[in-house]
Amino acid sequence: MKADHCKADPRGVLTGTHFIDGDHACCEGALAAGARFAAGYPITPSTEVVERFASRVPTVGGTFIQMEDELAASITLQGAVWGGAKAFTVTSGPGFSLMMEHIGYAAMTETPCVFVDVQRGGPSTGLPTLPAQADMMQARWGSHGDYEIIALCPNSPQECFDLTIKAFNFAEEFRVPVMFMMDEVVGHMTEKVVIPPADQIEVFPRKHTHKSVEDYLPYGTNGGQVPEMAHAGEGYNFHVTGLTHDERGYPNMTPPVQDKLVRRLQNKIRAAADRISLFEEEQLEGADVVVVSYGITSRVAQRAIEAARKSGLRVGKLRLITAWPFPEKKIRELAAKVKSFVVPELNLGQMVREVERAAAGKARTFAVSHAGGGVHRPEDILKVIVEASRCQTA
Amino acid sequence: MAEGRVSIVVEHCKACGFCVEFCPTHVLELSSAFNSKGYHPPHAVHPERCSGCDLCGMYCPDFAIYATKVAPGKERDK
Amino acid sequence: MSDSLITDIVNAGVNPVDQILRTDRMPHIWCPGCCIGTTVNSFARALIDSKIDLGSLALVSGIGCTGRVAGYVKLDSFHTTHGRAIPFATGLKLANPKLNVVVYSGDGDLSAIGGNHLIHAARRNIDLKVICVNNLIYAMTGGQTAPTTPGHSITSTNPYGTFEPSFNLPHLVEAAGAVYVARWTTFHVRQLARSISEAFQKKGFSFIEVISPCPTLYQRRNKLGDGLDTMKYYKEKSKVRHGAPTGEVGLTMTGEIIVGKFVDRDRPDYQTMMRSQYCESLGEKFVEQEEMVCS
Repeated sequence: MKADHCKADPRGVLTGTHFIDGDHACCEGALAAGARFAAGYPITPSTEVVERFASRVPTVGGTFIQMEDELAASITLQGAVWGGAKAFTVTSGPGFSLMMEHIGYAAMTETPCVFVDVQRGGPSTGLPTLPAQADMMQARWGSHGDYEIIALCPNSPQECFDLTIKAFNFAEEFRVPVMFMMDEVVGHMTEKVVIPPADQIEVFPRKHTHKSVEDYLPYGTNGGQVPEMAHAGEGYNFHVTGLTHDERGYPNMTPPVQDKLVRRLQNKIRAAADRISLFEEEQLEGADVVVVSYGITSRVAQRAIEAARKSGLRVGKLRLITAWPFPEKKIRELAAKVKSFVVPELNLGQMVREVERAAAGKARTFAVSHAGGGVHRPEDILKVIVEASRCQTA
Repeated sequence: MAEGRVSIVVEHCKACGFCVEFCPTHVLELSSAFNSKGYHPPHAVHPERCSGCDLCGMYCPDFAIYATKVAPGKERDK
Repeated sequence: MSDSLITDIVNAGVNPVDQILRTDRMPHIWCPGCCIGTTVNSFARALIDSKIDLGSLALVSGIGCTGRVAGYVKLDSFHTTHGRAIPFATGLKLANPKLNVVVYSGDGDLSAIGGNHLIHAARRNIDLKVICVNNLIYAMTGGQTAPTTPGHSITSTNPYGTFEPSFNLPHLVEAAGAVYVARWTTFHVRQLARSISEAFQKKGFSFIEVISPCPTLYQRRNKLGDGLDTMKYYKEKSKVRHGAPTGEVGLTMTGEIIVGKFVDRDRPDYQTMMRSQYCESLGEKFVEQEEMVCS
């Protein structure tokens, strides 16, 4: 255990073995991670997360508020963070679109928080109760300007619990908004979820400053990448703004200050990308084809991978747990060794572009696209694996 | 009448004229001189009339003027 | 005094409002004759007179000219996104109920892009003190029509005169549930300070509208003179009518301005209602929210 971690507050931890869906498991993960504030607006298929939070939080000590819209929810939670809370909001596509400005605000003001997006089919109102994975690029690029976020993709209710804690921990460690990219199937799938005792759950505490009021610089990093935080009401009299700002937090709209700030916001994530990039790998050694997948699609792909192996193909699996920052180093290394990548996803081609970019022509890339509303048929993925295994190396 | 002293932060003045207009004892006038931004700040033409009520300070949008009470007998203006 | 350049501080002392200002950021960006700074004087005076603990005070602004207030006050201050000062302040207040939370923003920010949050925060009776500087226009962006722009005004987006009916903000927030509603102009500096002090004594959603000139964009385009002319108009045309029915206090371009304290009533605020509902429904299972500070 790292010294900068502490243990979960047992009051939020529902230790035991449960049979719950991904949405409920996500809520339990948030409570275990120390979240005591949520602001939300109802939207299918995500609402169960905050419904459970609304029912649980008054027995744990905290607040849930249902706001008038997602614009409000996504900034109310940030007010709560500056008031001292760990906070999150939960939504799905249309609401996620409305939250984009505040993802940028959280990135710019370095407000640690978690946005849960239980993805459904789009565009627009799309498929309210059916799955998709088509918000992946929006999660990365949806707000204007240059910034970095972290995005995690669970593929089971158990991971909805485990990775929600991870999402809060990353948010606190890097002072960044973390996108928790679920999908309708993972959200509504009911499975066994084991919640360990609180003393086995590591929680990253707020990077709270210990400096005196005189010495504290709200956005000073002292040579590091992540500034220390103060909360309102502690006497620091600090200023927070979405404008380009200097280390004092004062607006300073000049090119050198912009350059320094925006590069730091990017570098604090990029410099730690290897540590943030989580993935599950299987039989990558000697593989001709690597199937790159994430979320619910990784479970459908598993069938196809196993069928392909049975027919004698050398197929490796790379499951992205962290989608952003994209594990481009891993893909680059693999591209030098394998013939091709197969990327099934519930969209018409999003993460596959990243795979193709990182492969940089060293290996071929095959998309297995799906417009959403269901999951792939394993045989459709298998067909592309077979095709990919026969291709000439680029 | 209680005595007061008016202070003027010349460089912050934008010459709106509120202090001149609303001073109850008509202490101020806009100067013909300029500050470095090119505005005419006020100056006290009747400093002896200042009551220290600080209405000028309340009106000044630029935090560029304020008045304070001075104890009787103290020097009002340098 | 001679016609020479003068640069010194005449009679240097200490401006009483300096204690709540970030003096290292002065001079500010507001135009000559703009009265946002004047409202800040009244605000500062209210804080000093009511002996509010400045350490427990947080100020939240949105975007626009008035939105810049957050950057000029030496308080925990948040310059948020356009229209969202109220929901940000809501989160701040709910997470740390010990804070006194002030929302300080403009008419466009609070009543157009943030209009939905305004009425819902009033309905919920969130314990916020909202100071709305109403200059009847979008100023930062160059003088476009706002929901508060009186009929027939010339703006950059209604160059032939506005024709949309405007919002009467005291009426709107009273109907939505605010417990304290007052309006002053920037001529009424002492009355404004008193109203702000009174709002600090109230628990619940308080709303103070301050009518303020925008000499650069509103007064100039409408040939209404400069800041000083506008202050004289406020002095001449304002009528103090405490308790006036808010339905009767709508504004016109050059007519009478009804000012005063319109609403002062009591009803439980959001957190009081939340707590009593939980106590009633959950009994012993209810756990009080402790300080959320998670360091």
